[in-house]
Amino acid sequence: MKSFTYERPSTPAEAAAAVARTPEAKFIAGGTNLLDLMKLQIETPRHLVDVNGLGLDAVEPTEDGGLRIGALVRNTDLAAHPRVRTDYGVLARALLAGASGQLRNKATTAGNLLQRTRCPYFYDTAQACNKRRPGSGCSALDGVSRQLAVIGASDACIATHPGDMAVAMRVLDATVETVDAAGTERRIPIADFHRLPGDDPARDTTLAPGALITAVTLPKPVAGTHIYRKVRDRASYAYALVSVAAILTRDGTGHVAFGGVAPKPWRVEAAEADLPKGARAVTAQVFADAKPTPENAYKLKLAERTLGAALNQARA
Amino acid sequence: MVGATAPARQDAGVRAERTDEPVLATVTFTVNGQRRDLELDTRTSLLDAAREHLHLTGSKKGCDHGQCGACTMIVDGRRINACLTLAIMHQGAEIVTIEGLGQPDNLHPMQAAFVRHDGYQCGYCTPGQICSGVAVLEEIRAGIPSHVTADLGAAPQVTEAEIRERMSGNICRCGAYSNIVEAMTEVAEARA
Amino acid sequence: MKFDTPAGPNPIDRLKVVGRPTDRIDGKSKTTGTAPYAYERHDVAPDAAYGYVLGAGIAKGRVRRIDTASARQAPGVIAIVTTLDTPRIERGVMNVAYLFGGDVIQHYHQAIAVVVAETFEQARAASFLVEVDYAPEAGAFDLAEAAKSAAPVPADSGEGSGGNGEERVGDFEGAFAQAPVTLDATYTTADESHAMMEPHATVAAWDGDRVTLWTANQMIGWGHGSIAKMLGLPKEKVRLDAPYVGGGFGGKLFVRADAVLAALAAKAAGRPVKVALTRPLIANNTTHRPATIQRVRIGATRDGTITAIAHESVSGNLPDGDPETAVNQTKLLYAGANRLTAMKLARLDLPEGNAMRAPGEAPGLAVLEVAMDEMAEKLGLDPVAFRIRNDTQVDPNQPDRPFSHRDLVGCLTLGAERFGWAKRNPRPGQVRDGQWLVGLGMAAAFRNNMVMKSGARVRLDGSGTVTVETDMTDIGTGSYTIIAQTAAEMMGVPLDRVVVRLGDSDFPVSSGSGGQFGANSSTAGVYAACVRLREAVAQKLGFNATDAVFEDGAVRSGNRAIPLAEAAAGGALVAEDTIEFGKISKAQQQSTFGAHFVEVGVDVDTAEIRVRRMLAVCAAGRILNPKSARSQVIGGMVMGTGAALMEELAVDAKRGFFANHDLAGYEVPVHADIPHQEVIFLDEVDPMSSPMKAKGVGELGISGIAAAVANAIYNAVGIRVRDYPITLDKLLDRMPDAA
Repeated sequence: MKSFTYERPSTPAEAAAAVARTPEAKFIAGGTNLLDLMKLQIETPRHLVDVNGLGLDAVEPTEDGGLRIGALVRNTDLAAHPRVRTDYGVLARALLAGASGQLRNKATTAGNLLQRTRCPYFYDTAQACNKRRPGSGCSALDGVSRQLAVIGASDACIATHPGDMAVAMRVLDATVETVDAAGTERRIPIADFHRLPGDDPARDTTLAPGALITAVTLPKPVAGTHIYRKVRDRASYAYALVSVAAILTRDGTGHVAFGGVAPKPWRVEAAEADLPKGARAVTAQVFADAKPTPENAYKLKLAERTLGAALNQARA
Repeated sequence: MVGATAPARQDAGVRAERTDEPVLATVTFTVNGQRRDLELDTRTSLLDAAREHLHLTGSKKGCDHGQCGACTMIVDGRRINACLTLAIMHQGAEIVTIEGLGQPDNLHPMQAAFVRHDGYQCGYCTPGQICSGVAVLEEIRAGIPSHVTADLGAAPQVTEAEIRERMSGNICRCGAYSNIVEAMTEVAEARA
Repeated sequence: MKFDTPAGPNPIDRLKVVGRPTDRIDGKSKTTGTAPYAYERHDVAPDAAYGYVLGAGIAKGRVRRIDTASARQAPGVIAIVTTLDTPRIERGVMNVAYLFGGDVIQHYHQAIAVVVAETFEQARAASFLVEVDYAPEAGAFDLAEAAKSAAPVPADSGEGSGGNGEERVGDFEGAFAQAPVTLDATYTTADESHAMMEPHATVAAWDGDRVTLWTANQMIGWGHGSIAKMLGLPKEKVRLDAPYVGGGFGGKLFVRADAVLAALAAKAAGRPVKVALTRPLIANNTTHRPATIQRVRIGATRDGTITAIAHESVSGNLPDGDPETAVNQTKLLYAGANRLTAMKLARLDLPEGNAMRAPGEAPGLAVLEVAMDEMAEKLGLDPVAFRIRNDTQVDPNQPDRPFSHRDLVGCLTLGAERFGWAKRNPRPGQVRDGQWLVGLGMAAAFRNNMVMKSGARVRLDGSGTVTVETDMTDIGTGSYTIIAQTAAEMMGVPLDRVVVRLGDSDFPVSSGSGGQFGANSSTAGVYAACVRLREAVAQKLGFNATDAVFEDGAVRSGNRAIPLAEAAAGGALVAEDTIEFGKISKAQQQSTFGAHFVEVGVDVDTAEIRVRRMLAVCAAGRILNPKSARSQVIGGMVMGTGAALMEELAVDAKRGFFANHDLAGYEVPVHADIPHQEVIFLDEVDPMSSPMKAKGVGELGISGIAAAVANAIYNAVGIRVRDYPITLDKLLDRMPDAA
């Protein structure tokens, strides 16, 4: 970990300004991913702007019946929030399926969106990784890839987005609110927030440099059974092999996004019309362009069967 | 802002010359009821502040990456991985470590239950398990749901399944899980 | 004390303290965080500097150049020791790979430098400034490929159950060809990591030409000699101390890089240095359980009598390394007139393979006991009945050599009864409970009982306190407590009058902790020392040692009774002895036995596998402390469940390393994976094993459990997976259509 200076501003504007004026500065909130990566010098900020004093920790109803979640709301608190439990069950379930109790107590809404991949080659600084060291190559392509992406990846990177919360937010059509040092506010649909690697895997998101996430808003609740089904080898405290975030009605209509399969939460809205026809009809479209490795090809069948389980659950 | 003895941040040129020097910052918090004033390298984790600076070595470093739970402390009433947070981010915090729960001649009920049920073997994950165990029962009491809570609308109960899921952030390679669940169940029942 | 005749009646038989479920005497220290582990010794080395270890970034080749110029100028840096500054250091006891020194890289993350600084943060930051230039070389990293040219080996790892590479009895091939029912199947087991919770760690301090290492090590005697050899010092100049060890499972049997580098760094820095291997370094820097490819052939008559059995295994290792002795239990577990066991060793350039909890038996039974399940199905026999039919009371390779005590059948029958085995549907895939397909499986457990010479010193002081000193370690095994129980029983004092001090090389050399020999051997050593102390006490008090009775804090003979403490009124009495095991240990076959029963559920949609119930019945001689012994067994069952379901060091066969080298990537079971566990110990003693009449139990629990899980999965879904770990991706293609 390189040495860094540290400050703790008290308003979002100050925080954004602090990052803007300081070279190699980063925001730190829960720190559970950033510090992990700093210890390995995968992240090397020279100035940390601690945003924990900014407030931004409220969960409030919006005028159109939705919910505005402050960037610093902890995963535990968001999952336990009465409105989230009642109206956005898929989000509560996704949060509770993630990490551990200790980590959820620290991890924030904004930080969760920004967590970086768990690809083993990203984490091993002796190995080539285009996301960590652009231009060095992708060791995962012909390396250990059982956990990695089957779709949306590129020849430069097959890393997955490791999170659960963002998958639920994708199916909920959340919007990410940001502010920059100039005070400009921006609203980014969650669908556009995470980006695909293409030939530039180093950038995980479309967040502008120096911009601070202030909140995530959810539209008004969508009726139906809210399901987050996370499949993993061990029963808890593990990243998803495949996950399904779905809001489904009894007749099978609804919305679905997949986690653990792509560099971002993976949703193909056009395929959702076929949900009443069953899982296979949907996954055939959602994963039509999949390019799995031999090690992770199982994810295609797993995604289909997991969606099938969700459809069964909604019908039951 | 914590009192960081930072170089002139606005002057990038000066800063570049000095980037490798440790940046010291002061922080004051309460550990096990005792006020502590520390001047630390900003890079110091809360775990290392406790173990290396305060010599409170009960909290363990098993992985230093939030993957094992051996470093679990209770900070402002919540259990966290002390390895994945900076000490200087805890200005004014109330921190409880295993040493604050009980001492050999005055065991916390959870510590006593671990001894009675042999809820440990090598002992290295044990302080983290116990801190987590104490906090888990509070979380259930506070109505915080978990992955295995069937009905998100209802208050969670102390069941073996709830304990196992909530304790899963504390790895015990010796495999004392079955006994830990029994120890926690006993403590929960005694309180009920 | 020489143990060369079966143990007769002795004071241990009173079982006033020994044999009772006893809370650990170190429990309060461990549960309050006051037990000091190696890296925490502010008390002995308050001025220790921090060492941070760098591992090689290539799997094989040479280090051309290490540029430390920037790192040396980094703030706080006190010293840097690189592998190029240091002649290749000799290997310690049982080391296969060299730990440090010279330019040759044998495996990924081999230690190549240690950076010492005033603070941990400074040492870590400076380590990233060290620039290394490598000359990489091609290596062999794929076991399946290397197996093609693997050579047969005479093999005895010393840690496993011993024996030679190939052994034959009768005419296996002929009998197998004639058998009406046969199985010929090949299985694989994965590379596994010990993943103990305490990283390898050492504080080293020099005092002139003497060095003390507070270190995490299971075998102080071996470590003491190894460090002396590696540093070129006489043993008298070296001290090791390990009062608490945060788990080992074989990973801390031998001196590792943390100890060597701490000693070198402390010398270079001119002050104490502490070093812990970082978690991401451990999987590749240290040792692991090697992967295996195993072939089992069984031939039987239609009534289920085994007539031919063969077990062959190939594993890989670095040059000078041993094979994983996965075939050895097959020599002893079942009857059968025609037998073959053989091992081959492939040359690999992956990190060093070495002992991990029940080396040999853990992966060997994981395979053999699935093969037995497959064979039972072919025969239309119940798996329990098939095993009972082929029980043997003698070593099948040497029929004139009996087992000292063998009650495998008792374990199987009691286990079946307690678990409700009779309710199992032998047709797989039939039982559904909501979302789950449910199956039951079982397997035999078997692990040899080894014994090791072990010494102890006991002291009686004027307050009546008995203090035991031995270099035995407690790595979670419960050594503190069973040693205290032994001394209390022998000296006739309550447990709280015994003080136990462990892990210091200044104390008499013990068996150490490994191979499940520790509990029986080390307590037998304490027994021997206590016999001596009893003699000294009797003499002091004017009793005849042979008829003096030590109980209730007094020594009694006839109608005369004197408080024990009086013997030490004029000064402490000290006695020391070592138990040494004679030919008796080999004359009969000493083994431990058990039966595992497991219920699993397999998710009907996703094929996720979750264990629902577990029972082990164990026959392992006298159980010294049923409470801590039970913990040893359930712990083994947890680790074996990990091997069955998730544990696999993922080999990058192109780059030559284990890619998932941390605790997020290498998954071990968590709380949510493990249900309530039942353990039953059969009430037995084995007078051939030691004066304690006890046998090992620390590795019995892991032996066979993976197969029981695998067999339960088969019963649940009707899919036989022969490649561990059994993850859902291996089931998915064959799962029945859900819905």
